[in-house]
Amino acid sequence: MKVLLTGDEALARGAYEAGVTFASAYPGTPSTEILQNLTTYEGIFAEWAPNEKVALEAVIGASIAGARAVASMKHVGVNVAADPLFTFAYTGVNGGMVLISADEPGQHSSQNEQDNRYYAQSAKIPMLEPSDSQECIDMMKAAYEISEKFDTPVMVRITTRIAHSKSPVALSDRIEVPFKEYQKDPAKYLMVPLMSVKRRVILEERLKSLKDFTESTELNYIEKGGKIGVIASGMCVNFAKEIFGDTATYLKLGATYPLPDKLLDEFMSQVDKVYIIEENDPYLEHWVQRCGYECIGKDIIPPLGEMTPDVLRKAIFGQELEGLAYDKSLVAPRPPVLCAGCPHRGFFYELAKKKDTLVAGDIGCYTLGFAPPFNAMDYLICMGAAFSAGHGSQIALNAAGKDTRVVGVMGDSTFFHMGIPGLIEILYNESNTICVILDNRTTGMTGHQEHPGTGRNAYLKPAPEIDIEAVARSLGAKNVATVDPNDIKAVREVLNDAYSKNEPYVIITRWPCVLKPLSEGDYKEYGQDLFKKKYMVDTEDCIGCKACIRAGCPPISVMDKKANINTEMCMGCGVCAQICPKTAIKLVEEGM
Amino acid sequence: MKATKSILLVGVGGQGTILASKILSQGLLEAGYDVKMSEIHGMSQRGGAVSTHVRYGDKVYSPVIERAGADILVSFEQMEALRWLEYLKPTGKAVVNSLVWSPMPVLIGQAVYSDKILEEIQGKIDTVVLDAYGEAVKLGNPRALNILLLGATVKLMGLMDIDWMSIIAANVRPAFVEINQKAFARGMSLV
Repeated sequence: MKVLLTGDEALARGAYEAGVTFASAYPGTPSTEILQNLTTYEGIFAEWAPNEKVALEAVIGASIAGARAVASMKHVGVNVAADPLFTFAYTGVNGGMVLISADEPGQHSSQNEQDNRYYAQSAKIPMLEPSDSQECIDMMKAAYEISEKFDTPVMVRITTRIAHSKSPVALSDRIEVPFKEYQKDPAKYLMVPLMSVKRRVILEERLKSLKDFTESTELNYIEKGGKIGVIASGMCVNFAKEIFGDTATYLKLGATYPLPDKLLDEFMSQVDKVYIIEENDPYLEHWVQRCGYECIGKDIIPPLGEMTPDVLRKAIFGQELEGLAYDKSLVAPRPPVLCAGCPHRGFFYELAKKKDTLVAGDIGCYTLGFAPPFNAMDYLICMGAAFSAGHGSQIALNAAGKDTRVVGVMGDSTFFHMGIPGLIEILYNESNTICVILDNRTTGMTGHQEHPGTGRNAYLKPAPEIDIEAVARSLGAKNVATVDPNDIKAVREVLNDAYSKNEPYVIITRWPCVLKPLSEGDYKEYGQDLFKKKYMVDTEDCIGCKACIRAGCPPISVMDKKANINTEMCMGCGVCAQICPKTAIKLVEEGM
Repeated sequence: MKATKSILLVGVGGQGTILASKILSQGLLEAGYDVKMSEIHGMSQRGGAVSTHVRYGDKVYSPVIERAGADILVSFEQMEALRWLEYLKPTGKAVVNSLVWSPMPVLIGQAVYSDKILEEIQGKIDTVVLDAYGEAVKLGNPRALNILLLGATVKLMGLMDIDWMSIIAANVRPAFVEINQKAFARGMSLV
């Protein structure tokens, strides 16, 4: 009996079946569900690490100690983890080790579209790319065989459409793999230059054996069809088959580093012309050209976005399926917004009123503070940059003689990820940057994962809770204030206090995300009526001034020139009631 | 060889498109089809426009439905139907929940929610308009509108032979099995 799994679910299943015993990750779309699913299997210790570098290092340590281990992260997470990756390629493994990189062609939920295939090439480690969920399982198992046989970390690279698409898979039992014996071996694992120059030589020798492997492995094969040639890997194989069908002969690549030159020669002898179907950069195309062949690739196929069948059909055949023509001007945009009851609303409502302010943003739901009606964010670069980049901006603005204050805003999970070094930067180098940690008691954007500040671990079991305010004070921050972001007067006062002081200032807004699965501790701290209150508009008192609309809250609209609250959607934060100049927004009493 | 069919479910983040498509895909798998389903998580879920693609047949390659590629468009909200209408084959069908859910640009007065949307859709394509929200409220739980729409979709796609009631029972929490089964039956009866 087959079951339907997403690629992420299948990768977790594959790790389980391959006998993995340790997994570490930091959440990031589209990779998050891999670790979440790993927590459901017996015999695996799975954890959320504070960031991807820590996750990879923990997994490296487990491998050296003898366990089969896996680290999973989104494409930009590999940037964070790149430092240990490159050197672990030198040492090689003890227990098998796999790094899963989830790339995002099309940038559905990412700040860039980088092509992580170059990481495998650059770190000189083998790379596998599954095309569907069954291959996710099979290639995880193959990856551990390769890792232990060739003494190397292996990268499994997927894209969003693999991660979040379901397809049928057959499940197998877990292979119980005994822990490898650990033996002290500084020549292999201790990378001082004396040792690493020798491992550097081994790295090149290993690449040669890996090349022989990818020439002959069943992971790479030719699928015989017509005289048109198509070379593809990952989801692009399916996109290509959708438009070429059996008119083409395919070179289907599952192992994409090192690439199989001899297999390419064989393939090229069977076809008249060849299309390279790939997302992001011309990685395969440059290989084919290096091997001395002409091919059709990025000269006609777009260099960015997803290569879905419609994109390929247009690029290759100049065709578009004929769709319905209709009046698209009737469709209004529907951008994502802060949810009803979101604790970021009260903070951004007040921040938006501040003049002479530059807001350094970060990665999370709160990035939506950039959008109307708040328009309260100036830039966003990467995880943790709000404080460090904000510090640089503040110093430059001060030097230029401006009165502008910089406010760096980041979430609680982001603070633990990479925000703490940024705060240290501000405190040590003494800039008057205002640091705001929007603590919504969870990792919100990626779907509510636990983190070191939530008091629960990846299994939702109680865990030590790291206190953000205590961290800030221990680093030497003198001005530290925690506020309830739904109390907009309190937010206004703390912002005014921060602006009045010409020194570092840390503000923590603390209230849970409205969508998070609430814990006992949440009810204890915030009350049993958390998110159960409702507000309504007293139309007698409402003067139709629309001030409440500036809260940008989904349940609030204007009907017949009066404000209206959809009580079913209202989550009772009360921000709109504080904004209303006529106190026309009232708490719905029990029984009303 | 049965040709691949494509069902596109669209709506607003939080409306339950993912659960509906999960049940749909599971039923199709149990009926012996090759099935692929694709969805996008992340930022768009926060009250933004969302879509889930379900494709089934003897052999399915792409999990993604292309423009003018869907046999049926199931929209959980009125304006979302028009947003995705170009993804329908001109011979396809639309199932539209008449619910109006104003997006933020409309709420803050930067855009208008047109009252001509249903008219525009009905003028272009074979359309079934349902008050799925109202019907689900009548049954006792407005959140069941997703399964009600699924019932209508299954009937229109001629997939009644599958044992949907047991698939619903296996995929929703015990307390919600009965309401969802009722909603499914109601959806079937409305088309």
